Amino acid sequence: MNTTAQTPLWEVFIRPRNGLAHRHCGSLHAADATLALQAARDVYTRREEGNSIWVIPSSQIVASDPQDKEALFDPAGDKIYRHPTFYDIPDDVGHM
Amino acid sequence: MYSQGLNDKNLETAETPEFLAAFQARIDADEKIEPNDPMPEAYRKTLIRQIGQHAHSEIVGMLPEANWITRAPTLRRKTALLAKVQDEGGHGLYLYSAAETLGVSREQMTEELLSGKAKYSSIFNYPTVSWADMGAIGWLVDGAAIMNQVPLCRCSYGPYARAMIRVCKEESFHQRQGYELMISLCMGAPAQKDMAQDALNRWWWPSLMMFGPPDGDSLHSDQSAAWKIKRFTNDELRQKFIDATVKQAEHLGLTVPDPDLVWNEAKNNGNGGYDFGEIDWNDFWKVVKGHGPMNKDRIAARTRAWEEGAWVREAALAYAEKQKHHTAQQAQG
Ligand SMILES: [Fe+2]
Ligand SMILES: [Fe+2]
Repeated sequence: MNTTAQTPLWEVFIRPRNGLAHRHCGSLHAADATLALQAARDVYTRREEGNSIWVIPSSQIVASDPQDKEALFDPAGDKIYRHPTFYDIPDDVGHM
Repeated sequence: MYSQGLNDKNLETAETPEFLAAFQARIDADEKIEPNDPMPEAYRKTLIRQIGQHAHSEIVGMLPEANWITRAPTLRRKTALLAKVQDEGGHGLYLYSAAETLGVSREQMTEELLSGKAKYSSIFNYPTVSWADMGAIGWLVDGAAIMNQVPLCRCSYGPYARAMIRVCKEESFHQRQGYELMISLCMGAPAQKDMAQDALNRWWWPSLMMFGPPDGDSLHSDQSAAWKIKRFTNDELRQKFIDATVKQAEHLGLTVPDPDLVWNEAKNNGNGGYDFGEIDWNDFWKVVKGHGPMNKDRIAARTRAWEEGAWVREAALAYAEKQKHHTAQQAQG
């Protein structure tokens, strides 16, 4: 079989409409940025799913390690005083 | 169902019982597993195989319908068929991407499809001999696919579940356009109605086989159920499909080609369901093992596409390389 060098992987982000953030929707293979954009348009926006596309080489993404999940995120767990419901406001004060 | 071939070897793991128990606890708590999370090797391998087979099925599944695009009788039908086949290509790509998050490359998966090592759904190894087959495939084959894919949206592996949500959103039009096509044939001339009946006769049994072997013969089912990869058994899904589809056939005025098909009040915990005739599993295994009417043609078509596309992939990569070099030189000044 005819094997070629691996075509790079890209992550695709789509903005559904103005006012919303670009959101990760999947990935695809493409040789360069132009082809990645074209492929993203064909693969991920066949039904008007967006009005703007970002493509980013997957290799450029720096991700936190799942092994560090507890060290990174557990400390926020007991900081209930960061939430509005931690504070008691009498009902007759009204909505705050 | 697109992973019907999933019942060969037993997978072994070297993981400690504590590790496996902790993993199972996450699954039991309905947590999603994401790409870099620790997972048992057998879980990873099962998913690579299942998602890979599913992706291959979408891609090979483009071929039987592509066969009729140029001969669609109206522009309306042609645009629908084109859009459907394009969607199936998209489904294949979403699924390949999901499989790749587990550490297998696209090239490797393609190689396994072309060498025959990886399987795809047996349904795509039957020929599409008449225009009515476009109706029967949308109605029955996509209908069966939907039955199977909806529960996969809740699969424990995040990227697979997310891909399936996208796929399911797109599938509904596939089934509806097929059924609509059947309606027009059934309301047409007697010859058109005969065509529709003939298509139902040929696609009915292969569609039931899409759900895979009976539960007793399906070795992987228990483990896949425990891992929440598979939420219903093959037989449960098959029954659901039959119960939903018989009414639709009656509405068309067509006869389901099963003399043993009979309503049984007691089925489905008293809610009623159809008893149905014996499925020819020998025929199923023959097709899965590569001896269906179209196995050779399907792989030949995919091999040709891969080989004839090689120069495009190479040229695109060479151009990208050159551009990178160019930009680097300009930056130097
Ligand atoms: Fe599909
Ligand atoms: Fe489909």
